[in-house]
Amino acid sequence: MAAHLSSGRVNLTALREAGRRELREFLDKCAGSKAIVWDEYLTGPFGLIAQYSLLKEHEVEKMFTLKPGRLPPADVKNIIFFVRPKLELMDIITDNVLREDRGRSPQRDFHILFVPRRSLLCEQWLKEQGVLGSFIHREQYSLDLIPFDGDLLSMESESAFKECYLESDQTSLYHAAKGLMTLQALYGTIPQIFGKGDCARHVANMMIRMKREFPGSQNSIFPVFDTLLLLDRNVDLLTPLATQLTYEGLIDEIYGIQNTYVKLPPEKFAPKKQGEGGKDLPTEPKKLQLNSAEELYAEIRDKNFNAVGSVLSKKAKIISAAFEERHHAKTVGEIKQFVSQLPHMQAARSSLANHTSIAELIKDITTSEDFFDNLTVEQEFMSGIDTDKVNNYIEDCIAQKHPLIKILRLVCLQSVCNSGLKQKVLDHYKREILQTYGYEHLLTLNNLEKAGLLKPQTGGRNNYPTIRKTLRLWMDDVNEQNPNDISYVYSGYAPLSVRLAQLLARPGWRSIEEVLKMLPGPHFEERQQLPTGLQKKRQHGENRVTLVFFLGGVTYAEIAALRFLSQMEDGGTEYIIATTKLINGTTWIKSLMEKLEPAPF
Amino acid sequence: MSRVRADEEEYWHSSKFRAFTFDDEDDELSQLKESKRAVNSLRDIVDDDDDDLERVSWSGEPVGSISWSIKETASGSTGSLDGRDSSLQKGSSSYAALPKQASSYSLSSLFKGRSKLSSFQSLSDALTDTGVKNYAPELRRPKAEYKDYSSDWSPKDTVRRMQRGKVCSLERFRSLQDKLVLLDEAVAGHDGNVITAVLIFLKRTLRREILFRELEVRQVALCHLIYFLRETGEQKFLLDLLRFLDRTEEVALSQYREHLNIQDVEKRREFLKGCIGLPFSAEDTSHIQDHYTLLERQIIIEANDRHLEMAGQSELFRKYPRKASILNMPLVTTLFYSCFYHYTEAEGMFSSPTNLKKTFKIPDKQYVLTALAARAKLRAWGDVDALLTTKNWLGYTKKKAPIGFHRVVEILQRNNAPVQVLQEYVRLVEDVETRLNLATKYKCHDVVIETYRDLKDRIQLTAYKCKVERGSAEEEKIHSILSNTQIRWKN
Repeated sequence: MAAHLSSGRVNLTALREAGRRELREFLDKCAGSKAIVWDEYLTGPFGLIAQYSLLKEHEVEKMFTLKPGRLPPADVKNIIFFVRPKLELMDIITDNVLREDRGRSPQRDFHILFVPRRSLLCEQWLKEQGVLGSFIHREQYSLDLIPFDGDLLSMESESAFKECYLESDQTSLYHAAKGLMTLQALYGTIPQIFGKGDCARHVANMMIRMKREFPGSQNSIFPVFDTLLLLDRNVDLLTPLATQLTYEGLIDEIYGIQNTYVKLPPEKFAPKKQGEGGKDLPTEPKKLQLNSAEELYAEIRDKNFNAVGSVLSKKAKIISAAFEERHHAKTVGEIKQFVSQLPHMQAARSSLANHTSIAELIKDITTSEDFFDNLTVEQEFMSGIDTDKVNNYIEDCIAQKHPLIKILRLVCLQSVCNSGLKQKVLDHYKREILQTYGYEHLLTLNNLEKAGLLKPQTGGRNNYPTIRKTLRLWMDDVNEQNPNDISYVYSGYAPLSVRLAQLLARPGWRSIEEVLKMLPGPHFEERQQLPTGLQKKRQHGENRVTLVFFLGGVTYAEIAALRFLSQMEDGGTEYIIATTKLINGTTWIKSLMEKLEPAPF
Repeated sequence: MSRVRADEEEYWHSSKFRAFTFDDEDDELSQLKESKRAVNSLRDIVDDDDDDLERVSWSGEPVGSISWSIKETASGSTGSLDGRDSSLQKGSSSYAALPKQASSYSLSSLFKGRSKLSSFQSLSDALTDTGVKNYAPELRRPKAEYKDYSSDWSPKDTVRRMQRGKVCSLERFRSLQDKLVLLDEAVAGHDGNVITAVLIFLKRTLRREILFRELEVRQVALCHLIYFLRETGEQKFLLDLLRFLDRTEEVALSQYREHLNIQDVEKRREFLKGCIGLPFSAEDTSHIQDHYTLLERQIIIEANDRHLEMAGQSELFRKYPRKASILNMPLVTTLFYSCFYHYTEAEGMFSSPTNLKKTFKIPDKQYVLTALAARAKLRAWGDVDALLTTKNWLGYTKKKAPIGFHRVVEILQRNNAPVQVLQEYVRLVEDVETRLNLATKYKCHDVVIETYRDLKDRIQLTAYKCKVERGSAEEEKIHSILSNTQIRWKN
């Protein structure tokens, strides 16, 4: 079930086990039969920790989605709300509780499980509505870092970036620090901490403080991680804005991957049986799980999309050959052997069928004229061409009323690649956007300005060319098929964040002091003392393990770039990636947009 | 090893799967098609009754996953699941009695120090109060009720307890000094939950001026309070705070945001009117002003047009009923609407396109684009012509398109303009290559023929003969040009 979590250098199954254990403990507190009412957002992340079978073993008989109105009449002893600490959810819960039939017998007991933290604010809110007393257990479930894959952890906190950079609310950083303490408790103290950015500094400070305050957390586990690198998303605002060009990155850009699942248009996934064909074409989207448990996916997900087709066709050859073998099987023994391999071959075949279909879907889009035009403009900006004037393509897109998020991504990209736009250019874009999409988007534009994504150039200086050249962010001779540099993930652009990680490992940040000063926030190094005896004596040729924590989100393309560095023969470092949220340019910008519709209740 | 390879080699040359000889095939797309074909062809070979190695429902959700189960358990009150339920209930007592596994450790226990692992035992044991936490007192209970808890926690301990989810009384922090120490401790802990809780307490127990003054020098706490006020909708308190801090632009934006919560358009308009005087930046002020003016116009137009539509006397409204009201639509959408329904109105009318253009200083380019799209949709080709015709002071007319004629062609084509109309504008596309491309694509034969003639490209012109109909005027035209001895062909 979760074998893929232990396939990497660090066995993340232990983290998942710890999560499951805590869930069981809570469920057992509410004795008797139970129904869980889910904040829908949480079902995805929880699905990565536990399956329904685990809940059922602990007498969870019904599960519902949280919505206003009367709760369904399930005959259970306990009703447990699994929710994020959000006020609007408290209102729904209040409604549910108030409408509960007091006359029913036996009465049902209410409980709340806050994820990831209990919130005094929410409890205060419930109290004001007069329902706080209805809850017997009010607890928290610290689902801080959720294992997504053998080398990937995420907090799935969608508003972390907005909270940190727009609202200066550092709660998500506190959770990040707590998550890191949990990791250290399981995998040993991390001796070296590097960081860049204000949030990184905060998290490091909190970790050091927590360690001081709980001296007992000094543990005797041999450290698995050698280094922790904390990176602020606002140190590299550029990367998420560009369109990711790896296979997994494109799937996410186009269809959106949520908690390792993707929903795809069903047309390409025709029913299996010929006879049934056409009878009832599926209208529901096809849902697939994407992780390294699937051999083929693990092989292709981090490749540039242009290199995926050839791999798929090679696989097709191999599988066909394997199935052909049955003609050569003569003896009973041979047939038996063939049959024993069948399940594996069938799995491989269906995996190949799925990815061929997905690749076709993506190909339809990447070969479209508009995708090409959009990419051309992005690449011009990133390589420093014409970033200081109004761009024709962007104007055309506004005129044709392309989705607003697409426009905002491009304008922000231009702004970031020019260290801010000239006032006249900025005003022009703003006016066009407001006139075409509505004046109320003024609020969103202000948010983007506050986050530093869209701003007027101050001091008339553009630092980007210096940063680009020093960090070699733009590579003209990119090799998409057999890459020799991380820039393959964006077909030319090397993600700044990953370049910083790469340069930290070799030759060290001292070589780029000047550029680091141009990027926002402090950079720093901390050491955590290890008891003697736990200090690592490295075997010759053994790779270092670095945990890179992206505060404010990371894209699949950046993950691919780090995996590429892990696999480099002479790289010397393997990377584990942690983040507050897996993002792409669209979800990221969306999280910064002002919610324009009032809440539906 | 080499034998295997030889076998493989042989297979590829003898196989009936011809699709797989793509050694020299580079095109990605065809490769994809091939692997697809291969996969499909394999379906016939294997009977894949059971390829659900992991059981997966059609929606792809593994059977038994949480989100799948929500649907299942919520929907069916009958069926197999319930059967299982009842059996489960029978055994429920034994489940409750199951001993907990002792070997694994939980996340929270790492912090609570309750783990079975010895290395964690010392963890803050002193601070953990055992057993009572489920019945911890609520915030703001009468003082007497939690005597036991309010003993003597220092600000630091109080904050720590709160960080671990315990409820603490804050009432014993009476002096301003104590309260501020408490706040500073909370801020140092970085836990927004605790910071907010302390702020709620301070907000309740301190005078506004004092709270504001102290927060001014405590930026992190200040941000949390602003966020809290925004979340809980305490607009007035928020505005007072921002005003005190002299963050006038934020006051303005924060007030402006409120309009989104006003559903009634009249009230919304009034509200926006009130926003105009707020201290926005110069640039934003003009946007807010425009926002108000636009809504004001939309209200007038809407009332008028709804009446017209109901009366059923306007042919335009009968033929093209409105899909939605124009209220709260963006400016450009409003302009399109007015170009569609009110194109010929005099400038004095609020609903006339020229009036909108003038009032909102809509750039030429935007105006032409929108008007063109609207008139083309109505197939009013005469209006399109007039829109693109300018007269100079000598009275000569000339065609001009601020958006470029290639865009004009695109828009017309999207609205299924006849070739005769299209042709006229394709001819005006300046760039020869674009012109040829568009003309070929949209079968504007005359333009293609004339362009090749002007380019003196005999070969292309000859080749184009097969694209036109036999015996048509176009074919005739090509023949006559080709036989024209005056032309000096370049090839």
